[in-house]
Amino acid sequence: MEQSRRRFLKVAGIAAIGLGAAPAINFAASDSHGPGAAAKVKNEAALHAERWGMVIDIKKIDDTLARKISMACHLHHNVPDFTHEVDTQLYPKTRPVNHKQEIKWIWKEKFHYAFPDKEDEFLNEKFHHLPFMVLCNHCKNAPCVQACPTQATFSREDGIVMMDYHRCIGCRFCMAACPYGSRSFNFRDPRPFIDETHPDFPTRSKGVVEKCNFCAERLAKGEQPHCVEASEGAIVVGDLEDPESDVRKLLKEHYTIRRKQSLGTEPSVYYIV
Amino acid sequence: MTKNMIMGGLAVFVLAVLSPFWFNMVTTTQAAPEPELLGPAKQAKKCVLDTYDMRTSHMSLLDEWRDAVVRDADRIYVAANGHAFNMSLSTGENSCLGCHEDKAKFCDACHTYTSVDPYCWDCHTNPKEIE
Ligand code: SF4
Ligand code: SF4
Repeated sequence: MEQSRRRFLKVAGIAAIGLGAAPAINFAASDSHGPGAAAKVKNEAALHAERWGMVIDIKKIDDTLARKISMACHLHHNVPDFTHEVDTQLYPKTRPVNHKQEIKWIWKEKFHYAFPDKEDEFLNEKFHHLPFMVLCNHCKNAPCVQACPTQATFSREDGIVMMDYHRCIGCRFCMAACPYGSRSFNFRDPRPFIDETHPDFPTRSKGVVEKCNFCAERLAKGEQPHCVEASEGAIVVGDLEDPESDVRKLLKEHYTIRRKQSLGTEPSVYYIV
Repeated sequence: MTKNMIMGGLAVFVLAVLSPFWFNMVTTTQAAPEPELLGPAKQAKKCVLDTYDMRTSHMSLLDEWRDAVVRDADRIYVAANGHAFNMSLSTGENSCLGCHEDKAKFCDACHTYTSVDPYCWDCHTNPKEIE
């Protein structure tokens, strides 16, 4: 009796281990045979750069053109416009808007806000009236990237500071970290405030941060960013690391400034003034 | 306790435990929907993965796609069967909805049946809906 009970317990124990291990073994096994020889590649027409940069010639921009540039970007990226009248039938529960919740990717800014460290009592008067187009600078040392706890914001290999909206938890650390105010938060569902939803780009949802993405979706197809196309030659993008690129040529020929350079974020957006 | 009482109790117990099965036998159950292949998807015949893999792991495939597109800027998926697809839910003809034009029949039918509520469409748009 004694003997057989021992044996029974032994066998039962081994069987239990076996049963417990089965799912783990299956899991490991299923992991190893993924979808065969599939590959993920870039579009052949895609534009490449070692580090993307932008040069904005402010002298070529007036108020009308500034509006056109912002519109081109915002319309194509489904950026909500809170002055848009909500279709109450489609969105019956939409509350009135607080103007501080504005969302913007590229917009016109006054010189003394865009370049507070260059403000001077005796500054040439014309600077106060020029429309400085500001946007995310796609900083080389981006503080927003370091602040993001979920890696929703990250620096891509080609220098573009991108966001994965799926991962954003809406903590807004990045907004606190960005010294340029380049980021906006979706305090509410943006959809009721989008007049015509553009099919080439998703909208965002409530609770995520958004900003300029350097038109990564356009570069991937070999197309220029929307702002460049709308700018009538005032905005140029290219490879900062390539001495032969258009942006480097412009930088060689003109005196340019960057925003809050002293902070060491190394912005990739240059202004010809 | 008599043997009869024990047997009777057991019978009641078995009946009670299997009640969901009895319930399903007397009520009509909804058959699981089959995703319907319509339009371009019907003609194409070749999808991103085999039907079985697609059914079991389209969610992890989409997860991989998202990382490839957003992080590595790789936007084309060359499937094991040699066909190239645009790694996108809804932009362009070569995307998921570009081929499977009817979202209600292709995505929603099964998701609704299995009470899954993915939040893809909170942000991604169905080109048919925004026209
Ligand atoms: S401008 Fe702001 S949001 Fe853009 S990369 Fe620099 S720190 Fe980040
Ligand atoms: S709000 Fe989103 S993107 Fe910004 S730091 Fe938090 S998780 Fe990252």
